Amino acid sequence: MTTSTTPLTEISVTPPSYRHDPAARLRPVNWNRVTDEKDLEVWNRLTANFWLPEKVPLSNDVNAWQQRLTAEERTLTMRVFTGLTMLDTVQATVGEIVQIQDARTEHEEAVYTNIAFMQAVHARSYSSVFSTLSNTPEIDDAYRWAVDNDVLQQRCKTVLKHYYGNDPLKRKVASTLLSSLLLYAGFYLPLHFSTHALLTNTADMIRLILRDKAVHGYYSGYKYQRGLEKRTAAEREEMREFTYDLLEELYRLELRYSGELYEPLGLMDDVAVFVRYNADKALMNLGYPARFSAEETEVNPEILAALSPGADENHDFFSGSGSSYVMGKAEDTADDDWDF
Amino acid sequence: MSGLVYFSSVSENTRRFVEKLGLPATRIPLYPRRDGMPLVTEPYVLVVPTYGGGERAGAVPKQVIRFLNVEANRVLLRGVIASGNTNFGADYCLAGRVISAKCGVPELYRFELLGTDRDVRAVREGLREFWTRHSSTAGRPAA
Repeated sequence: MTTSTTPLTEISVTPPSYRHDPAARLRPVNWNRVTDEKDLEVWNRLTANFWLPEKVPLSNDVNAWQQRLTAEERTLTMRVFTGLTMLDTVQATVGEIVQIQDARTEHEEAVYTNIAFMQAVHARSYSSVFSTLSNTPEIDDAYRWAVDNDVLQQRCKTVLKHYYGNDPLKRKVASTLLSSLLLYAGFYLPLHFSTHALLTNTADMIRLILRDKAVHGYYSGYKYQRGLEKRTAAEREEMREFTYDLLEELYRLELRYSGELYEPLGLMDDVAVFVRYNADKALMNLGYPARFSAEETEVNPEILAALSPGADENHDFFSGSGSSYVMGKAEDTADDDWDF
Repeated sequence: MSGLVYFSSVSENTRRFVEKLGLPATRIPLYPRRDGMPLVTEPYVLVVPTYGGGERAGAVPKQVIRFLNVEANRVLLRGVIASGNTNFGADYCLAGRVISAKCGVPELYRFELLGTDRDVRAVREGLREFWTRHSSTAGRPAA
């Protein structure tokens, strides 16, 4: 028997450790003893953001799908969304799950189960679009295209190699880059359509996905940096090089993959900017400086507006141009915490 | 030239941005009850991250609300700079708008996550001009 004053964390392990030490005493997750406040904060944000595709009125897009999109645009949409489904399947079934074993706290283990499920919801949501707008033969064609597409396969396997590798920090880098670099060429299309008032409900659904991805990327990036602190200077330098190398590799693959899809419609330059912009955000989440210059990441203002209404407006009061003297309008915030 | 006050969570994103500015800055602590709430004595601009997702009411970090609940701190606030992530759509940098509306000061600038070099240059130069313009009114309480 141990004395009652010894912290439980010192005399017991969480279930994933059974693999390494079957004799160790097991401990249930205790949300009453949170050691990293980010775990609870992120858990609360994730649960508050929870949504299901069934709540989005996708059927309102049927008309635009049938009457306003060209056959070429419909095929592109099917393929882009099948590509997104592939990546979210990788994340739901492997990418998030493999990070559970590396958790630094027991609450982090729980957060990854939440993120994994939400990735499965995202993967499921594209099928909702398919079943609402398309038909089984077209859907099956798109899935066959995905299985046959070498570059799509290579993108996934480049990341999976690290998920099943030996380094917990490389898993985190790979996961953050997948979420912030590989997905955004796909998100570009519905945002682009929405700027032409096409498939606007589908775009609404994508915005819900984007909100989730921001929290996922932030959390993995944060935990990466906590892990990095424990490494030696040489190891940190190795991780930095690994991160930029993997980014280059994925970026090159992305240009090939997306080029094939978007070039026929003349959209690839715009897509590439959006990919670079999000690649830099992935690096920021990991705590690293940008890879691309400001000029290379200047997102088309229409796309930025579709992503984030108001974000394209000039909120640079300093530059003194136009209507940039922004005085906030009242927001529906609870006043309980504000005394004045 | 007057000061900067900022809040940064354990992710340290905002702290890194403020350090790149290279200007004197006061940090609102993570645990103000334990570490004490700063009391400012000269006009300042607040740099604040937006807590994205969840309830909109939670966009402004609690520590920042507590800091601004101190009247002596609130009356010296001259402007707010907010960070966020465009993935949050209409809520991007919401904390800046909330504070701007509550305290009647302009929202000066928005940046994402750690901020880019371009953001650092814009804020550094912008603040210099801002304080030059405001030097005559710096002692007066905010309207």
